[in-house]
Amino acid sequence: MSAKTAGGAAAAHPPVHPQDHLLRTDRLPHIWCTGCGIGIVFGSLMSAVMKSGLPLNDVAVVSGIGCTGRMAGYIKLDSYHTTHGRALPFATGLKLTRPQGKVIVASGDGDLFAIGGNHFIHAARRNLDLTVICVNNLNYGMTGGQQAPSTPFGAKTTTSPSGSPDQPFNFCALAAACGATYVARWTALHIRLLTQTIGEALAHRGFSFIEILAPCPTAFGRRNKIRNPLDLLRFYYDRSVVKNKISPDQAVMDFQGNLVVGKFVDVAKPTWLDGYRQVNSGQVGEWPEVAAEVPIPEKHLLGA
Amino acid sequence: MKFWRKPLDLAAVRPARGRVVIIEERCKGCSFCIEYCSREVLALSESFNRKGYHFPKAIKPELCVNCHFCEAVCPEFAIFSVEEEAQA
Repeated sequence: MSAKTAGGAAAAHPPVHPQDHLLRTDRLPHIWCTGCGIGIVFGSLMSAVMKSGLPLNDVAVVSGIGCTGRMAGYIKLDSYHTTHGRALPFATGLKLTRPQGKVIVASGDGDLFAIGGNHFIHAARRNLDLTVICVNNLNYGMTGGQQAPSTPFGAKTTTSPSGSPDQPFNFCALAAACGATYVARWTALHIRLLTQTIGEALAHRGFSFIEILAPCPTAFGRRNKIRNPLDLLRFYYDRSVVKNKISPDQAVMDFQGNLVVGKFVDVAKPTWLDGYRQVNSGQVGEWPEVAAEVPIPEKHLLGA
Repeated sequence: MKFWRKPLDLAAVRPARGRVVIIEERCKGCSFCIEYCSREVLALSESFNRKGYHFPKAIKPELCVNCHFCEAVCPEFAIFSVEEEAQA
């Protein structure tokens, strides 16, 4: 049914949203609070999947626990809602058993970097062909707004009522240092750029990581004097500065100054499956590869 | 529409025209669509839906240019625009 005919007969048939064919509409309206940025990211993800032209039978969405973890429950594709922090191990298994498919991991900062931090660094190190979408809302939203590894220094949460004493992670720098081959960061209002970036990440071969700074007015904004969803969305967007292709170390999120966003890393490297096939086909020689002309350390250069 | 310089193909090209469709029961009243509509088509309605949220309504529907930004910015999948006949 086309959207036009459905929109015309409003009373008898409810209007059909253009993305309804990818949504489990029987579960809508969803659980995300008024003004939560996850819905925007979810919409971007669905548009990017549709625009990429991937066969929908071969796209899977895996998520962990948390507000963002509900994404897997609302999308009408193959999806799995894993235990807390274990979205990446599940996605790894899924990718290795079905390498021709596309696996998207959509999860929050608490799931990917707090309880699942170790899984993240190793998935990035192996350069598995996964697309990881991390919705960063700067706290643990679902459990009531506790301090997370992403909470900015000095921000108030339920477990840091007088301000967070910790320095937060720079997720993009962490991902790039661990070996991710595509790293980008946007705020939830950079919708067109975000959709384009997710499309690029889906087409990218290797571990791609996209961090999205999303407003959490209910849990984070309320305790930090930005209760209005619109103000929080604008707070992030107005402070953001687009700096593409800079070193992720320089891409700092300074909430007193500027939040650096953009596409930081896009390089091609062999994926884990490439290496695995190379090893199994016997193309890798002895280790270490000792050649006859191995340079002997020159003592006179060392000053001996 | 005001032009800084009159385009050469003004007679041939017509601005796109859209119609906003609002799924009132899905709305949670965040008012992102109202704020970020580039043509200021929308405003918050006086009435509210079954969950008690005020939803947007199109106060100047003839201004919609079918840019789909309301559709993209809505976290609730509650608003979209469909193409209409181009303006005469």
